[in-house]
Amino acid sequence: MDPVFAFLALLTTAGAVAAVSLRNLVHCALCLVVAFAGLAALYLQLNAQFIGFAQILVYVGAVAILIVFAILLTRGSEPGNQPILSSSWQAGLGVAVLVLGALGVAVASSFVRYYPVSPAPQPTVRELGEQLMTNYVLPLEVIGLLLTAAMIGAVIIAMHEKQGPR
Amino acid sequence: MNRMEWLANLTPTQQFVLFSVVKIIFAVAILMPIIAYAVLVERRLCAFIQDRVGPNRVGPFGLLQPLADGAKAILKEDFTPEHVRKVYYWLAPALCMIPALLTLAVIPFGSNLGNSNNRMVIADLNVGILYTFGIVSLGVYGIVLAGYAANSKYSFLGGIRSSAQMISYEIAMGMSVIPVFMLVGSLNLSAVIDYQAGRIPDPETGRLIQHSSGLLSWLVFKQPLAFLIFLVAAFAETNRLPFDLPESEQELVGGYNTEYSSMKFALFFMGEYANVILSSAMMVTLFFGGWTLPVFGLEQPADSLGKGLLHIGIFLGKMAAFLILFIWVRWMLPRFRYDQLMDLGWRRFIPLALANIVVTAILLWVRA
Repeated sequence: MDPVFAFLALLTTAGAVAAVSLRNLVHCALCLVVAFAGLAALYLQLNAQFIGFAQILVYVGAVAILIVFAILLTRGSEPGNQPILSSSWQAGLGVAVLVLGALGVAVASSFVRYYPVSPAPQPTVRELGEQLMTNYVLPLEVIGLLLTAAMIGAVIIAMHEKQGPR
Repeated sequence: MNRMEWLANLTPTQQFVLFSVVKIIFAVAILMPIIAYAVLVERRLCAFIQDRVGPNRVGPFGLLQPLADGAKAILKEDFTPEHVRKVYYWLAPALCMIPALLTLAVIPFGSNLGNSNNRMVIADLNVGILYTFGIVSLGVYGIVLAGYAANSKYSFLGGIRSSAQMISYEIAMGMSVIPVFMLVGSLNLSAVIDYQAGRIPDPETGRLIQHSSGLLSWLVFKQPLAFLIFLVAAFAETNRLPFDLPESEQELVGGYNTEYSSMKFALFFMGEYANVILSSAMMVTLFFGGWTLPVFGLEQPADSLGKGLLHIGIFLGKMAAFLILFIWVRWMLPRFRYDQLMDLGWRRFIPLALANIVVTAILLWVRA
């Protein structure tokens, strides 16, 4: 195995495991950042520059920092003398095993397995854009719709809080 | 000739590594003194604006003041208060400085030296601008972690304010440059400079063809609105006045850096000035033609060593002009209120930037 890949895989997995098992939410969020950054580095290692830096920009730079921001804003004090690790790990492990099993079955029964491995392409940003606007325009639109719906939902929740009793 | 022979005997990989290391050392060796002297210029300029003299005792005209400042920062006691969260407390100043230094990698600071085909940019990434925004967006971690680590209310408020501010203006900043890349047709920063020098790649062969050049092909004249939004967003991203709410000395006693001392404190400020310098460099690259000047054939890549050095000088000169602008504005404008800051970012700049994208797209469509 490539040592760089091994290191990145270890880092990403360790970050992800720490993110779900630690108790202090700020630590969890920052471990999630490590996992996101590890994923970005994995993309870069595969020579996928666009998706790698998009991952850094969107997940590390925006999503994760919003999570940290929300946690810092809503819970100023941290739990006192509680154990470092979260106690609900059994349920989490169960869910993780279920998801892994479902994904594994799906991948194993997929027809993609029987395709020959094609050489890694070197797509430019222009080609990515053309693909998104032609072959993958429906998924793009669906994701756009989903995000818009989520945003409207968030706005409605925020509006209710303002009108309701304080 | 003997000296060049061993260079030619190296494999391409060895040459690449050698040239990259030399360029990295060169770029950092230029950046660090600029940071130090930006602080001196800031202090002198603010003194003149406020009708004072400013630091003028160390060396002629106070020119050795940065050395004294550096020595002071290193020699002072590095005090760690009892109530801080130690790991984050140590991590935060470094996280402030690292993104600023990483951004340096994709800035094309010159054409080439002599006849070699070695472009004066450390990493000529095809997704250069995406890299820049990705790395710049990491800068907020240093400040947020500093606020959280210090475990005091002033720092905490500074950290919270800064994260909200930087996330908001990142969106406006990112959207403001999209029209630029619609015109250029590439995310590569060298391609942006080529476009502004009138060299546009042929759609079929991909080779550069010289079109008309001149001052008007600079993107600041083609996309003035984009430049304006980018400029203001750069002020907000670097936490400079009129948007320095994360620091705001009068209400937060310095904000996120309140609990820091000695070199750690200095690192925050070095990070801030490095960010200001690199924002200036980005603006020069994106909107003001980078290392080119539309006179005396200076828009062409250099063919001699002197011209190559001149290109680097032109780049540094343009950058210095923006640096002075950053400093000047700081001592001229009062601080925004927090609601004004958010209002400007979300309700003025983001719609304007979106409209700019749509208008540019329609113009390109009509022309095609």
